[in-house]
Amino acid sequence: MLEIQNVSLGLNEEKGVEILKEINLKFLEKKIYVITGPNGGGKSSLAKLIMGVYNPTAGKILLDGQDITNLSITERARLGIGYAFQNPPRFKGIKVKELLKMAASHNPETVNICDLLYDVGLCAQDYLNRDVDSSLSGGEMKRIEIATVLARNLKLAVFDEPEAGIDLWSFQKLAETFKNIHLKYDTTIVIISHQERIMELADEIILMSNGMISDQSERDTILARILNNDACLCGSNCAKGVNQNAQCAG
Amino acid sequence: MLNALDKTMLEKVADLHEIPQGAFNIRKNGVGVQRNTTDNIDIVTKADKSGIDVIVKPYTKGESVHIPVIVTEEAINDVVYNTFEIGEYSDVLVVAGCGIHNSGCHKSQHDGIHNFYVRRGAKLKYVEKHYGQGEGTGERVLNPKTIIEAEEGAVVELEMIQIKGIDHTKRDTEIRLMDKAKLVVTERLLTYKDQDAESNITVELIGADSSAQIISRSVAQDNSKQEFFFDLVGRNKGRGHIQCDAIIMHNAQVLSTPKISARHSEAQLIHEAAIGRIESEQLIKLMSMGFSESEAEDTILNGFLK
Repeated sequence: MLEIQNVSLGLNEEKGVEILKEINLKFLEKKIYVITGPNGGGKSSLAKLIMGVYNPTAGKILLDGQDITNLSITERARLGIGYAFQNPPRFKGIKVKELLKMAASHNPETVNICDLLYDVGLCAQDYLNRDVDSSLSGGEMKRIEIATVLARNLKLAVFDEPEAGIDLWSFQKLAETFKNIHLKYDTTIVIISHQERIMELADEIILMSNGMISDQSERDTILARILNNDACLCGSNCAKGVNQNAQCAG
Repeated sequence: MLNALDKTMLEKVADLHEIPQGAFNIRKNGVGVQRNTTDNIDIVTKADKSGIDVIVKPYTKGESVHIPVIVTEEAINDVVYNTFEIGEYSDVLVVAGCGIHNSGCHKSQHDGIHNFYVRRGAKLKYVEKHYGQGEGTGERVLNPKTIIEAEEGAVVELEMIQIKGIDHTKRDTEIRLMDKAKLVVTERLLTYKDQDAESNITVELIGADSSAQIISRSVAQDNSKQEFFFDLVGRNKGRGHIQCDAIIMHNAQVLSTPKISARHSEAQLIHEAAIGRIESEQLIKLMSMGFSESEAEDTILNGFLK
């Protein structure tokens, strides 16, 4: 389905700062993958690279064998890639209903917008006519963002920390929704998450730190490893009580 | 009589496809061409100067008045004074669009000076749309002035829309609110090419417990210039909120001057203003849903100006 071959992403090439280093990944059809790992490890950058928001400095991305490395965001979207933002943008003057209709506009099937809202735990009658602006809370925005991705019939859907800002009570509903995506479409799902309950949905878990894939395995194997490991996952030698004037090792 | 061009202009400025229902007065190139009055709404030509008096009887409910102005010739300089008497406890819609079609090379201008007296407990929705077209190099100029006095308990909703087409505009709006009067102003403006637009809005909260909300949204493209001046004066216990947002593109310029003047200790006044480009995250979001960059841009602007 989606193959990432030797992909690197550099921010400042002169200084050689690399956010992602030679990433190799293969996502298979209809599977759920959860990418986890410490903050700043490169997870969101990888998601943006898949969507085409960032272009890799090296390597290739293939979708069903087609090289999409140089395709724009729009072109990738039309090929069936979708991405739910970690911090979704707000739109003044655009209603929830309108945004969801736009999201569903390329879906050849008829999408029931009210059901989409229900699937993300929002009451359709309360939200359809609200503006997607600052009057919505962070958690509400996140759910609507997820709904815009669910509205599409995708080959690959990437969710960047979908659980952030969503209250504990609605969490179960969200987990169910992810589980149910496969009832309708054959979408491959990639979720960036830190939540055990989301990881439990995964077929495979990918552990990223320092811009590299440090571990990748079946869910149970890796979950056991993460949960039994008390050590910090970032891989650096962090210590408490360091003199604040000390120079960072870089 | 009205020809095809006139009808297009009417549709643009007043959403009129046919001759409107209810009261109306159509003014073309400086003269009135058609008028209709109803049992409750009278329209009388002013005796002393150019313009009309629109008189809405007290307790008139659910009626509308359309007073579109169209200018289809070049070198027209039309100044008109209209007075509106909105009777006690009535509830009416007034639509006053102005469209200029100038295919010549001389300036065409229309300055409408509108005075509204919204009597006790009355509800008024006033919609003003501006539209310009024509291939000529003659400039299209509109300088409206609107003065509204809202008596006790009156509710006034004011919608001012100008999308492209007008080369120069200077809009002055003055509103005075008495006890418990309520005001909502919605302003939408889009300028492009070398157009310039100036909008001055002054709202005075004179009576106790009056409230005002002003929502101004504008888009400035190409080399156009926009200037806004808002003054919200609290002379009594009351609430006022100004929210102005502008999207700036290309080489355009936008100047916004906020002013809130509290002249009473129980006046609560808020001003929010923001000018900025379209956020790249908004474009990326829509593009990730399959929109091209220009489709995404149009969608964002259309929503913003709605």
